[in-house]
Amino acid sequence: MEITARSLWTLIHGMGFGALYLLACSGGMVELYRYTTPSTQYTPAVGSERFVRWYLIAMVMLAWVAVLTGTFIVYPWYRAAVPAGTVDLSGYPQKLLMAHASTIGWHSLGMEWKEHVAWFTPIAITMVAFVFIKYGRDLKNHHYLRTAVLSFTAASFLAAGVAGFFGAMINKVAPIQGGQTFQLSHGEGK
Amino acid sequence: MSERNTDLSVASPAIPNGSAAAAVLASGIGILVFAVTAFAGDKSPAIKSALIFYKPTGPLSGVAAVGVVCWILCWVLLEWRWGKKTVSAKGICAAALVMLALGLLLTFPPMVDLL
Repeated sequence: MEITARSLWTLIHGMGFGALYLLACSGGMVELYRYTTPSTQYTPAVGSERFVRWYLIAMVMLAWVAVLTGTFIVYPWYRAAVPAGTVDLSGYPQKLLMAHASTIGWHSLGMEWKEHVAWFTPIAITMVAFVFIKYGRDLKNHHYLRTAVLSFTAASFLAAGVAGFFGAMINKVAPIQGGQTFQLSHGEGK
Repeated sequence: MSERNTDLSVASPAIPNGSAAAAVLASGIGILVFAVTAFAGDKSPAIKSALIFYKPTGPLSGVAAVGVVCWILCWVLLEWRWGKKTVSAKGICAAALVMLALGLLLTFPPMVDLL
């Protein structure tokens, strides 16, 4: 069992940061909603608001690390130029997808959408975290701001979901491979 | 922006809403600028090549840099103007949500191809 350096980075970017953000986002939305609903009977435990603040800071860090590793580490491998005379396109995912009518959509729709919309996630969640950290439960007294904060949180979830779905599918159809190979374990015959 | 507070509050807010309004509007502006820059790069080869700030990443590096820099500059400017004030949140939040929706639409490839 082995993995290449590029595959490992793709895994860290997608499964490590991206998927963890998506998981965190669902919990974050519930907590934000509960904390900021004016009519709620919910009384937070002592220290739980501080926990939500740190939770949102972790989400902000995950979102930024996910887009930065995606844009500046994994994406250059995806869009690498093919040297003249290359026949095997397996090391050039974008060109591999564009070479077949049945897979070109994964690039022209999937990657084109993913590479841009993913950036909305850190911008939106940074704002959400800032507003929550500054206002806390007082946000329930700001009706329009609360609506905007919850909408931007949902948009960040949607953007991360689009990026995650297409990232996973594209890597399944045209995996990013290459670089140093790490041996994870030695197989045994059965 | 007006100094009126038009929030439908259930209690008096303890903190003026200007700082949050600045953050919300700046996010909307940043997202829309990002989407418009990506759209412009898609439509114009000259803009596309001008957006290559970091060659391995291509035009996306410029789109991201322009979007993030605009977002931060707007945030700093708006925070400076509204930070300690109470502003009309209704219009500001509506504008931010419209910009968010436009940003999402402008990054959807079939919509880009349609325009």
